Amino acid sequence: MIAALAFYLFAAILIASAVMVVTARNPVHSVLFLILAFFNAAALFLIAGAEFLAMILVIVYVGAVAVLFLFVVMMLDIDFARLREGFQRYAPFGAVVGGILFLELVLVLGSWSFADTADDLRLSPNPGASVTNAEALGRILYTDYVYLFQASGLILLVAMIGAIVLTLRDRPGTRRQNVSAQVARSGSISLEKVPVGAGVKELGIRRPPEPEPEKPKVAHGAGHGQGHGGHH
Amino acid sequence: MALGMARVMGGITEMVIGLAHYLTVGAILLVLGVFGIFLNRKNVIVILMSVELILLSVNLNFVAFSAWLDDLTGQVFAMFVLTVAAAEAAIGLAIVVIYFRNRGSIEVEDISTLKG
Repeated sequence: MIAALAFYLFAAILIASAVMVVTARNPVHSVLFLILAFFNAAALFLIAGAEFLAMILVIVYVGAVAVLFLFVVMMLDIDFARLREGFQRYAPFGAVVGGILFLELVLVLGSWSFADTADDLRLSPNPGASVTNAEALGRILYTDYVYLFQASGLILLVAMIGAIVLTLRDRPGTRRQNVSAQVARSGSISLEKVPVGAGVKELGIRRPPEPEPEKPKVAHGAGHGQGHGGHH
Repeated sequence: MALGMARVMGGITEMVIGLAHYLTVGAILLVLGVFGIFLNRKNVIVILMSVELILLSVNLNFVAFSAWLDDLTGQVFAMFVLTVAAAEAAIGLAIVVIYFRNRGSIEVEDISTLKG
């Protein structure tokens, strides 16, 4: 009874917040409703007995993906009012497509039932109440599905490298550490025998030989001077 | 077949939440995601959020079937869907960021200029 009430409550909030995600005027509100939707979906997972996935949903989605969305929405200076042009124009079209899709889903699910042999076809039956959900998942994830596990790790690696490659940019005019020049410099490191106990006062501070003096900005200075000369 | 649910419900059998309830919620969520893609055709960030909603509904279906069949494979597959969804969101938002950096807007209709 309580579980049923909880299911209806969480499902209602989930659907309501999903509606708000797609219809909210402000995308920041959309992201916040998306977070609410994920929380309620996690509660539905809990009711279905998938505790580990529920926690993963909260950690991965609310903790990482939704915050990433929030970050991007707030970072980009977007004129959201302009993006909402045609909102009313597309709404009936989307409603028709969505309605047809929903009708088809209802037709499919209404006439569908489990096969008689469904119990025998199970790949990895739940070991029962003696093992927690997380432990049971781990037992099959690291044995039967270890290759898929590694593949998902590769997917995440590729996504990480791809995101970095896409967004990393070389700004002209910034000075950076040039590691190869630092490693390749010579003549500045030497071993010296210094008298024991002699302080900086007697020895003096040893400095590496000065690098060649920076070239004065000839072109810029000359151009400037000429410009001035031309004026006068 | 409703072992998972019966265990969670603690043996109370009246007003049992069935598999159909979960599938209905999943279907509504999927339709809302598709509707959102049509509704926000210009705002690529909301389109990405709608795709997340669709993937969430897929996960809901996987977990529901996993619970009712008492088969953990569905939950393992839901974890992989979760992984791919996270990767997709990261790449998609990275593309949005560089597109905004180059063009100064994120209108999806402009993106057709990228072809050829």
